[in-house]
Amino acid sequence: MSDLRPLLLRRGPLLLTALLLCALPFYLDAFWLRIGLFSMAAAIGAVGLGLLSGTAGQLSLGHAFFLAVGAYGYVWLAGEPGPGLPPAVAAVLAVLLAGAAGGLFSPVAGRVKGIYLGVATLALVFLGHHVLLTADSVTGGFNGRSVPPLELGGFTFAESDPELTVLGVPFGAEERLWYLGLVLFAVTWFTARGLLRGRPGRALVALRDSETAASVMGVHVARYRSTAFVVSSMYAGLAGVLLALSFRRVVPDYFSLALSVDYLAMIVIGGLGSVAGATAGAVFVTALPLLMTRYADQLPLVAAPGSGGGSIGPTEASRYLYGAAIVLILLFAPDGLHGLARRTRARLRRRPSVTGPPGSGPSPAPGRAGSDAASDTTARAKEHTP
Amino acid sequence: MTGFLDSLLNGLALGSVYALIALGFVTIFKASGVLSFTHGSLLLLGGYLVAVLHDDIGFAGALAVAVLVTAAVAGALDRLVLQRVGGTDPHAAHVQTIVTIGIDIVLVTDLARRIGGDLLPLGDPWGSAVTDLGPVTVADSRIAAILVSAVAIGGAFALFRFTPWGLSLRAAAEDREAAALMGVRLTRVRTVAWCLAGALAALAAVFLVAFPAPGLERTTGQIALKAFPAAILGGMTSPVGALVGSMLIGLTEAFVAGYQSDLHVLGEGFGDVAPYAVMVLVLLVRPAGLFAAKGAARV
Repeated sequence: MSDLRPLLLRRGPLLLTALLLCALPFYLDAFWLRIGLFSMAAAIGAVGLGLLSGTAGQLSLGHAFFLAVGAYGYVWLAGEPGPGLPPAVAAVLAVLLAGAAGGLFSPVAGRVKGIYLGVATLALVFLGHHVLLTADSVTGGFNGRSVPPLELGGFTFAESDPELTVLGVPFGAEERLWYLGLVLFAVTWFTARGLLRGRPGRALVALRDSETAASVMGVHVARYRSTAFVVSSMYAGLAGVLLALSFRRVVPDYFSLALSVDYLAMIVIGGLGSVAGATAGAVFVTALPLLMTRYADQLPLVAAPGSGGGSIGPTEASRYLYGAAIVLILLFAPDGLHGLARRTRARLRRRPSVTGPPGSGPSPAPGRAGSDAASDTTARAKEHTP
Repeated sequence: MTGFLDSLLNGLALGSVYALIALGFVTIFKASGVLSFTHGSLLLLGGYLVAVLHDDIGFAGALAVAVLVTAAVAGALDRLVLQRVGGTDPHAAHVQTIVTIGIDIVLVTDLARRIGGDLLPLGDPWGSAVTDLGPVTVADSRIAAILVSAVAIGGAFALFRFTPWGLSLRAAAEDREAAALMGVRLTRVRTVAWCLAGALAALAAVFLVAFPAPGLERTTGQIALKAFPAAILGGMTSPVGALVGSMLIGLTEAFVAGYQSDLHVLGEGFGDVAPYAVMVLVLLVRPAGLFAAKGAARV
């Protein structure tokens, strides 16, 4: 019993968040659930890219390609024309396929570094887009293909079959996929954090900071680089599968360079090298245009879609905002939303011990409180003296 | 045979326009270590200015204004935004590269909104005229592209070789710290490099949208991305490499498009993506490009 309380205290916020996320489908309508679904898919992909670009320091603009491999891989493997495998098997194979595609690129990914890799991966996006357009029999060409719903042991992630009503709430495709997305996201979250905090993560950080030093310490440079690339493409493949399931139709034009840039923006806005940051960035970048479109008529300076005449539409407004967000965040908070949150939390934690009555708020360890309070007061004194 | 000559001339014209853009990439990279993703929008800005102004002040005046304004915008972006990002972080150049993506998104969104769905004519003097050169017929715009690019590239090489700025640029590319200690003003060198790259991009825009292309549209800027393979092929730090890479890319694209009927296995429109395939093949053999200087790493 005495062991349980500190554990609960430490894990409390996480458990609470998980509970909250599980409860949301009972309160939100399909529009919000779709935003959530797209955000979860984007977060999975962004975490993968974060491993590569944030931790290993390799710039990749090819993420859209691996998302496409995952999405189209699933559609082809599970659908007609195609082998028509059981959808669950197809989903797993699609993720492996994305990993294999990353592995095929590893002769380049293992040797080319940093900015060079960024441009080399541009090739993947353009060549991939070309293949998606021309290989009609597999990809359906310009018009794309519709996505067969996922089926798991007789349970279909679609509107019906079986009909399902939980606590008076009818469970349609969005509600079912929401829980699937949550599970996949949880898997991503824990595996990525495990990787980052373990030996591979430390090796990659060493590699990023100095290639020569890392190789002297026994890090196999080319192998770690290409492994990071493969793992990152597998996360992208998983994100692709989830995206395909939520869109219910895949088209080539979605998987363009702009999508790759979106993913890069997510991890930069969130803060490089952090799983939580990548998630926050993914939610921001995904939800912003959808929300702007929905509430266009209530926003100042933004015209409703289709009103034309050189006015700023919601899509454009959200692109301005998000381009500016990249620039401003890197100008003023180079460690992104994650760093911003950490600094705010540190400041909040210190404040009660200075201003509040003793005993109010969570008081930090006694030894640290004194020195923190002292440094805080001096910092404030400096702020108020100019 | 005429098909071959046609493709050759098309390739050379295309290559010389890519060379203008790739030379800008290389200049910026040498001066600052940044890969400029802003070039698409600079190109679009240059083209847009010519399209808007040519009615009032004529094509030559509009081009001059466009080149100057684009150069000034590029220089200002570097001085006011990029140089303030990253500070003394050893990865500052990477961070600045990502900032150029952000800037590009804002600029392209704004220019695309102004252009809308239109095709803007640039009012260039060569229009859709053609010249017969022996067995082949060439669009005047292609000839103009080759000639003007040759002059501009020659001018840029002269700048690198004979001016104090060029000397500073080469010194900075060789060893930033040593150059700074010798009194090279790195901030000024890189701002001038951005100005030069902006001017070259505006010039390239005029030929990219000239006949037989239909005119300036909102997606014109994306063509700048094709100069990336060109610059990477050459090794990013070598102007000669950029020139060779651009020609290689231009010729590849023109020949694949010219002989498309024989290459139908690769699918329609493979010419547009062929440059990237060439780049991947070269990077497999030489991961740092064709003309890259061998660098020694110090710990």
